[in-house]
Amino acid sequence: MVKAEIGRRRGAETLALLLLVIFLKPFSNLFLAWGMKQGPQALSLNPLFYVKAMFEPLVALGIAMQILWLLFRMKLLSLADLSFVLPVTAVGYVLTTVLGRIFLHEQVSTERWIAVLLIFLGTALVGSTQRAGVDSGVDR
Amino acid sequence: MKWLLLGIVVVTTVLADLLQSREMKIAAAEKGDQFGFGPLLKAIGTRPRLILAIACLAVSFFAFLALVQTQPLSFAVPASAATFVIETVLARLVLNEQVDARRAAGALLVLGGIVLLGR
Repeated sequence: MVKAEIGRRRGAETLALLLLVIFLKPFSNLFLAWGMKQGPQALSLNPLFYVKAMFEPLVALGIAMQILWLLFRMKLLSLADLSFVLPVTAVGYVLTTVLGRIFLHEQVSTERWIAVLLIFLGTALVGSTQRAGVDSGVDR
Repeated sequence: MKWLLLGIVVVTTVLADLLQSREMKIAAAEKGDQFGFGPLLKAIGTRPRLILAIACLAVSFFAFLALVQTQPLSFAVPASAATFVIETVLARLVLNEQVDARRAAGALLVLGGIVLLGR
């Protein structure tokens, strides 16, 4: 009874962490890319350029979200296997491409959409092969 | 230059993920149900391999910033999925996770997507 309750709690915690990890990363990438594109588009080899860029509001927001993502993902890795976390969170690749298309008006060719689809299918296929570890209580 | 930056992102991310996965499992096993965000932060500050993982992520982060400065986000992010294939192999070899035929086929699909992205 107690074991089942712990299993349910861990399952709910794993699910909540998964959702946070899935959504935080694409949005943080969006804000980072958005912020970095406000400045010069040429590649800079000066590290100070990147330190200064960190104080741009959009980049700072992206960094804050990346820090949260890192902490939530570390916590998730304490509950589930890397081989479970990687494929399940791979939906973020698709979400990022969609966000880049909508908010940054990036041209996404048919070929690139097919590539994103292949990556998504591949990661989903891998994800269907193994259960999460450490009694997470999440079935797939 | 974009492939060099992508290479840095991939290598440092793989190393960071493997170190994190291994260390977080050990830390969680030591603490049991008491492993909340407090012990997590403490583990980050006291476990050398987790500190190394964070350092790798920092390098990966700055390389990613440089990458998205010049390349479309819709290229940079899916292309960095190369980490997935490498991590799948290393998860088998280093973390002793099971990699069956379906998993290998999935990793090949990801690889196909990455090759298509690079064209």
